[in-house]
Amino acid sequence: MDPHLPWFVLLNPLLTAALIHLALRRAPAAATGLSVLSAVLGLITAIGIWFSGTPSAPIEISWIQLASLRIPIGLLVDPLSKVMLLVVTGVGALVHIYSTVYMAKDESKGRFFGNLSLFMFSMLGIVLANNFAMMFIFWELVGVSSYLLIGHWFTRDSAAAAANKAFLTNRIGDFGFMLGILLLWSASGTVVFPELAAKIGSLNLSAGFLTAAVLLVFCGAVGKSAQLPLHVWLPDAMEGPTPVSALIHAATMVAAGVYMLARISFLITLSPAAQSVIAWIGILTAVFAALLATQQDDIKRILAYSTLSQLGYMVSAIGLAAPGAAMFHLFTHAFFKALLFLGAGAIIHALHHEQNIWKMGGLAKSMRLTFLTFALGYLALIGCPGLSGFFSKDLILLAAWQQSKPVFALGLFTALLTAFYMTRLFVVVFLGQPRSAAAEHGHDGPVAMTAPLTLLALLSVVAGWPFIGHTLMGHDLAEGLHKIHAGGGAETVMSLATAAFFVGGAIALALYSKAKRDPLRIAPLQNKFYIDEIYAAFISATQDLLASVSNWIDRWILDGMLVRGLSGATWGTGFLLRFLQFGNLQAYAFLFGLGVVVLIYLMALR
Amino acid sequence: MSPLLFWIFAALMLVFGIGVIINRNPVASALSLVASFLCLAALFVGLNAYFIAVIQVLVYAGAVMVLFLFIIMLLDLREEQRRRFNLLAVAGGALVSLGFVAELVLVLRKFTLGQKPFAPIAQVDDVRQIGMTLFSTHNLPLQVTGVLILVATIGVVVLSKRDLK
Amino acid sequence: MSVTLNHYLLASGLLFAIGFSGVLLRRNILTIFMCLELMLNAANLSLVAFSRFNLGPDGLPNYNAQILVFFIITVAAAEVAVGLAIIVALYRARQTTHVEDINSLKF
Repeated sequence: MDPHLPWFVLLNPLLTAALIHLALRRAPAAATGLSVLSAVLGLITAIGIWFSGTPSAPIEISWIQLASLRIPIGLLVDPLSKVMLLVVTGVGALVHIYSTVYMAKDESKGRFFGNLSLFMFSMLGIVLANNFAMMFIFWELVGVSSYLLIGHWFTRDSAAAAANKAFLTNRIGDFGFMLGILLLWSASGTVVFPELAAKIGSLNLSAGFLTAAVLLVFCGAVGKSAQLPLHVWLPDAMEGPTPVSALIHAATMVAAGVYMLARISFLITLSPAAQSVIAWIGILTAVFAALLATQQDDIKRILAYSTLSQLGYMVSAIGLAAPGAAMFHLFTHAFFKALLFLGAGAIIHALHHEQNIWKMGGLAKSMRLTFLTFALGYLALIGCPGLSGFFSKDLILLAAWQQSKPVFALGLFTALLTAFYMTRLFVVVFLGQPRSAAAEHGHDGPVAMTAPLTLLALLSVVAGWPFIGHTLMGHDLAEGLHKIHAGGGAETVMSLATAAFFVGGAIALALYSKAKRDPLRIAPLQNKFYIDEIYAAFISATQDLLASVSNWIDRWILDGMLVRGLSGATWGTGFLLRFLQFGNLQAYAFLFGLGVVVLIYLMALR
Repeated sequence: MSPLLFWIFAALMLVFGIGVIINRNPVASALSLVASFLCLAALFVGLNAYFIAVIQVLVYAGAVMVLFLFIIMLLDLREEQRRRFNLLAVAGGALVSLGFVAELVLVLRKFTLGQKPFAPIAQVDDVRQIGMTLFSTHNLPLQVTGVLILVATIGVVVLSKRDLK
Repeated sequence: MSVTLNHYLLASGLLFAIGFSGVLLRRNILTIFMCLELMLNAANLSLVAFSRFNLGPDGLPNYNAQILVFFIITVAAAEVAVGLAIIVALYRARQTTHVEDINSLKF
């Protein structure tokens, strides 16, 4: 394979972003065109890379070489990164095209597309990085571009606050990530993935050390993939433009945590303790987010919690030693969740930025194409047999069944909840009668909007089909999937999952098909289990405590003792010492002579 | 130099030194100082330091003393009539001076090296030797001293101006 | 009894002590100044005595000490000139040469 291809994929969005930000901020049409062109070129190149073989030599540029620390800028092209490249550039290109319509009337389109390209660059950097240090750099870059895009409409206070929240929450996870990288480096002396994989087995590290290192690195994934307890930023991130939500907060960036974990699965398998922690955090996030999704009214928030829940599945699959299943679900989820977000975006766009599902309704008639594609995405997500989500979720549940029955039970419950809340969303939005004036005038978008929807709908259906999905995933990952499949219990799990799908869907249908308002009002769920409030109270309590402590220190120790104490002591000493200046020359001479005599005594005679 | 001459000149030097401090009249003090310096010059001769002895007489007994007398006369100083010796000052001065002398005696007792008589010395042309050393080894300090004297001269001129402010 | 180095040093020390007593006892600033000169010359005497005592291998005195005396005399001359000029200026300002009257530098 030509090593220039990966370099091109990585650097072309950077070039685009730089060009737009430096020259084309005031030329929105040119910026849009350039950005879309670069995204499409990226997709074509990614397809080219997928078809060409693995590179024979590592693609690397030496960057930092300090004693034992070697950090190259290197690109790792293997089946894992190839499939991720396809997802990122594929969804990216479609979202770029879609955005040309969605953002058509936006005043700062140039900035939007520049940041979108910047995000593409950062994300592709994570995908292609062949070492921890480089991945960490792009990890932060992704955080920055996510911050910029969430805060695109920064004049809205809520958007600015959401951007800050996302960035700060991610920083907490990233700190752990950095510590984990440093731990691993200190033990192995390398940050390059292939070298680490080759070395780590022969190092005889203690189980505690490995668990600590893996869990610290996992912190990074917890932040970026919004797992418990750092999940709070993702629902708020919906303040950003909907295409951004589709690309960053559903398909790609939030999946970066899962991708990173899959990348270092060779490490994770070394520590059973860390594995079970990861599995439990994942599945708890899945249940927790699914529960919250059942009582939200904002269409994008429902989808955001759904994303959280699905990410929980993937992380859990990593913990169950099934990175193949995690990547498979990531792959299918990217398509149908992007589709759902873009569909929601089409609705929001048509309804003049109305996001409350209870003010929609009856859109099936007026937005036929959107309705059809959204229906496919919805069915794929809740695991309708035959669609992509069904296969990938089934594999994760199967892996759970084989290894841990409690995890499986929670996973199955999540599947039921997923069917429930998505059916609720679907029924309320599309069926019944319009509940507001805006909902009566729904209409499909132009081709640039419907074409990506259609394409994604197609992919949502077929991406999970074993012969398509497994081919795209590449040989190694598919091997892992077959192994899970052969592990036993396949029929039981499949029938249970199908049952969950039907039960959840049926309950929601019964509850919501005629409803004008939400018949269920569960306060803790509506209020997200008060987690935000608890965090706010905790943070403000900590802050108050810290503030009063530092106030006390400042007032008494710094001001009182150091500043006033020093000046007072100096003044007092001066006040006392000035009485030694009695102005008699001969007394001074006397003291001087006395000193000399004493000195001679001490030096010569003692 | 015979010991006798040493004893005579040393005693005279100290006596005139005491004369400097007990004379009430500054002019008498100044003249005592000159006499003391002359005795000192004699001691220098006894130590074979003829050049030093000569400049001691020229610079101190000549130039410096003339300067002192000139200033005394210029300021028209009277004797210290009103003021007696302050008892406290006498006690303090005696304490320090006697302490110093006592210490000196104690130190010299221990200093056995200095209790041997002086070694004989070749007849020397010490002006020539000092000149050689001064203009070769110590040339830089000599130049610096020249600058110092220049600065002192300028300083004196500035100080002597009537309106110092 | 022959004259030794210690005799010279003792004479020098006594002269120094006399000079220092004068500095402490006298109130006329001019006399104090003269006593300072006495102390300087006491130091000169011990330097010359050491010079005579510490003969080199060629039987010559150590002339470095004598050069130092030379410099002391030079600097002392300059010092006397400046010091006397200061005293004159002081007298003009205060009409006195008594140190007890010159005590404004105190608390």
